[in-house]
Order: sequence, then structure tokens, then C-alpha cells
Amino acid sequence: MRFIFKTDYAQDIKLAKHGGHVFWYATLMLAMLAAPWVFSEYWLAQLTFVLIYAVVGLGLMLLSGFTGLFSLGHAAFLGVGAYTQAALTNAGVPAPIALAMAGLISAAVGMVVGLPALRVKGIYLAIATLAFGFIVEEVFARWERVTGGNAGIHIKAPDVFGLVLDTDVSFYFACLVVTVLATVGVLNLLRSPTGRAFVAIRDSEVSAQSMGINLARYKTLSFAISAALAGIGGALYAHKLKFISPDQFNILQSVDLVLMIVIGGIGSIHGAFLGAIFLITMPQLINLTKDWLPATIGQAPGLQGLVYGLVLIGFVLFEPLGLYGRWLKLRTYLQIFPFYRKGMFQRQKSYLKSDRLK
Amino acid sequence: MSDILLSARDLSVRFGGVLAVSKVSFDVRRGEVFTLIGPNGAGKTTVFNLISRLYTPTTGAITFEGTPLAQHAPHDIAKLGIARTFQNIELFEHASVLQNLLIGRHTHRQTSLWSELLFTRKTRAAEIAAREKVEQVIDLLDLQHHRESLVAGLPYGVRKVVELARALCTEPKLLLLDEPSSGLNVEETDDMAFWIDDIRNELGITVLMVEHDMALVSKVSDRVLAMNQGEVLALGTPAEVQRHPGVIEAYLGSVEDVASLRRKVTA
Repeated sequence: MRFIFKTDYAQDIKLAKHGGHVFWYATLMLAMLAAPWVFSEYWLAQLTFVLIYAVVGLGLMLLSGFTGLFSLGHAAFLGVGAYTQAALTNAGVPAPIALAMAGLISAAVGMVVGLPALRVKGIYLAIATLAFGFIVEEVFARWERVTGGNAGIHIKAPDVFGLVLDTDVSFYFACLVVTVLATVGVLNLLRSPTGRAFVAIRDSEVSAQSMGINLARYKTLSFAISAALAGIGGALYAHKLKFISPDQFNILQSVDLVLMIVIGGIGSIHGAFLGAIFLITMPQLINLTKDWLPATIGQAPGLQGLVYGLVLIGFVLFEPLGLYGRWLKLRTYLQIFPFYRKGMFQRQKSYLKSDRLK
Repeated sequence: MSDILLSARDLSVRFGGVLAVSKVSFDVRRGEVFTLIGPNGAGKTTVFNLISRLYTPTTGAITFEGTPLAQHAPHDIAKLGIARTFQNIELFEHASVLQNLLIGRHTHRQTSLWSELLFTRKTRAAEIAAREKVEQVIDLLDLQHHRESLVAGLPYGVRKVVELARALCTEPKLLLLDEPSSGLNVEETDDMAFWIDDIRNELGITVLMVEHDMALVSKVSDRVLAMNQGEVLALGTPAEVQRHPGVIEAYLGSVEDVASLRRKVTA
């Protein structure tokens, strides 16, 4: 059990709260740096995908987990980023500038999509973003001059001001840098007034407003930042696959993204990463078990969808805090052994809320 | 009349066929504790919601320090110096007490989005300055023990105090308290009375509150406004208002009503 003695307000602001954090995150960072020499080419590619999905997950987590706005159309932002990157890189723009543009254009689209969020919430917002996702997918398919239509489009290797990242290892490191920057940026935001305003909007709009938080401004901002991160993730995704087509950014992709943050643990940064790991490794695990199952089940189409659905239902019923919540419980159990008791993480139901004001 | 902080003139609100507030006028003087009382449905909370601009009056106007509130958006009210609490606690439940109070400092925010993304030295200094202000409020209201707790795990009485603390963190000129003692036990209500006194005397904040506990009302208020059915019944010191026949009738019913309830003992 660790006791932290606090002597300074700056201690509460630090990202690493104690020596344990410093040690474990430094170890993780070293492991990530050593990964290309440890993992085979195939697993390095999977790790790269984990990083890419984590960036997208961070964006969606900020929107859904911290601002309380749900989006069922996030694959569209992924697509906007991917196509922006493809168009600009193929036109000879250096990759970092193209990446920034991918983020900015996605953010601009995100602001437009955020407009209905000022009026509708909950399930209605989910429907509005779902419709937006379909519209954007259709645009990708029809705007053939830029997107190549349903035939898809190839994308050149990223060119960082003369340095071409055409190997798996060099691209992995590029993704690592982007992921670390995105994570630190989001963490910084969450420990400053903007992040707190998001949390305030999530927990009580009426009181956020009476604390002086401009709801319209911060909801739009949340959508913009979330879309920017999804766009950046999309740009990396395009480079990783080297070929993109509209069907990669359809409703199933959006559902995967929501699944990722819910299973990872809604409302935590760790959740975005754990969710990304789940999303990437799950199909592999399903493939491994296929051979053990009877052929009628193992070879049946839609096995993956079935397993995903079951896992999601399982989490919603038994562990609403997701993988990260599970980890927190395990950690607490070990830290205070043998004093852990059932229900330590159970929260009392909220007291009566006034619905007269909504 | 420069000592008038907030003034309401001929306020009326109509929700469909219901006249929730009808031609209510009152002035809140700088530095006083002004209390609204009245039976359920009298329109007290509606008056609060008018001041915080959650509703717009059908007729009439409210001015704060000489400027009409109607010019301002709901989120600008806090910036003017009006903070409020809610009848059924509206805290940010999945955040710690400390974070809740820091959200109260939102109107004093000086950092830009970009400096926050990079967490520059200026942002760091602003965060520590905000923390210092919040700690003063924590000291005043004895919340040290609950600083790191998640609101969702706190008992009702503590939540009430946290909500008061959050309102104080905005450094308001006028504090609106919607039933500060509801749901509190006797001891907690005494604490609340003590704090309301402190807030007025030491912090110099004007308090406008809605309250049902007459003991608390007479202990802390300078003036009381009694309302019934959306209309003003009486205005004056707590003792004057309590003696007012209209007020007694609104709460207890008229003499004839009471008489009719008395069981007739015949033969």
C-alpha cells in the first residue's frame, strides 16, 4: 500500500503522481522502443494498428467518455483524415503538413457535425451522427476525382521532408511519436480548465452553465478535438494500409470504435489503449480458436460479430467500467490485500435530480 | 440608490395556462441576507431560475448592478458575479470534490486552449493560483477531509456543503441558495446558518435564498419575502412576515378552514 505525502499543490498537477508511475511508464516506453527488434514483422504491424486505433480512441474517449456526447459516425472522421492524407501526400505535400491538414479538416467537419449536438443529446445525437456517417461514406464513393470512388485509391509512403518512411519499422516509430504526443496533449487538456469544462458538461449541463461554461462553445470544441484526433488516426491508417476505399469507413467501423472505448473503459485514458489492444487482438484470438471448434461454428460467417456482441453484452452487464475498471479492482485487491471487499467500487445511485430544468 | 444590488420589477412568467410568477417586485440590498419563503409551488425556485436566466420572464425585468440581465446569455451570469446552488444538488458526480471546486473557478480562467494542450508554465501557474483560491474555500467550509473523494460516494449533507463551496469558488457578489437546509439534520442546519452568517459578514457576499426552515430563516435573514401562488404576500423582517395574517393563512389555511376540520363532539 502506497501513501503519498503531499507538500505542494504542484504535486496534484503532475502527470506522474509517484515513483511507481515514473518507473512503469518509462519501462513501457523502453519496451515500445525495443519492440521492432523483439516482435516479428507481423506482430509489429499489429502493434502499429494498436497505436493508430489508440489515437482514434483517445478522440472518441474525449467526446463520449469525458464530454458525454455519443457518436456513431466516428469512422467518417477517420475517413476524412485518411482521404485528406491520401490526396495531399499523392500531390507531393510532406507527410507532417498533410497530417496537420488531415487533423484540421476533420476538426472543421467535426464542428459542423457538432452543431446538432447543441440541440439533441443521447440517442438522438447518436442517430444524427449515424446519418452523418452514411452521408460521408456516400461522398467518398461518389467524389471520384479526389477519392477514386469505390475502386479506392493508393497512397504513397509518407515523406517527412525528404526522409521517406517506407519500412515497417520507420513507420512504426512515426506512429509511436504521434501517439505519445496525442496522449500527452489529451492528458494536459484534462488537467486544465477546458478538460474540467468537458467533465462538467457530461455530469450536469444546467450546473455547468450556471458555473459560467458556454455549453455551445465547449460541445463544439469537444467535437472538433475528437474529430481532429480521429482524422490524424485516419491519416496514419491510410499510410499503414497503403490503399483505402469507402467501405473501410462504414457503419461497422464506427461501431468497432464505440465498442473499443466501451470495452476499454469509458471515461479513462487507459481505456482507449486497452480497447485498442482488444480490438486488434480479438480477431486473432478468434482465428486461433476456429480450428478447435466444430466446422459448422468455426467456419460460419459472422462468428466475429457474434463474439464481439457477446463480449459487449458481458461487459455492459458485469463490468460497466470496462477493462480498465477491471484492472483498477485487481490493483486495489492486491494493494490492500486482504482487506478488499465486494462492492468497494459500487457507487450509490444519484440522488433525485431536478428534471424541471431540462 | 447605489446600495441596491439586484432589483426585480413586475416579474411574470407564464407556462401555458399557468401563471407561475405574477407581478413580483423586490430589491436585494448589498450585504443583506434576503429570503424567499412560501408554500410549495409558490414560484420561489422559478424566481431563482429567472435570475440565472434559465427562464426568460414573460413580462418585467431584473437588473443586477444597474444592468438588465436579459442582455446576457445564461453562461454569462456567473461572470457578472451571481452564483447559485440547486434544490436537488447538481454536482459533477463523477469528479472529485477538488475538481468540482476547480470548475467553480471557470469564470476566472485566463489560459488559452493551445497553452493548455502544451501545459505551458503560464497554465501551470494559473492552475496553482486557482488551487490556492479553492483551498481557502475548503478551509472556510471544513472540507479538507473530502478533498479527494468522488462526489458520487459522498453523503447528502456533505454534497450540500460541496455545492455551497463550488458556488463560493466563483467569488460571487450575489449568492443564490435554493433550500440550503433541505435534507440536512439539525446539526448540519446549524452549521449552514453559521456559514451563511460568515459568508455575509466576512466575505461580504449578498445572499438571496429560498428556505422552508423558519428557525434558520429567522436566525440569518435580514428581510423576508413571502410568496404564494406566484404573488407577493408580504415583505419585511422575519418577525413581521411571520405575524402577517396573509402568510399564516397561506401556510395554515384560514380560521374557518381550520374550524371546519375540528371534530364535532356532540352529546
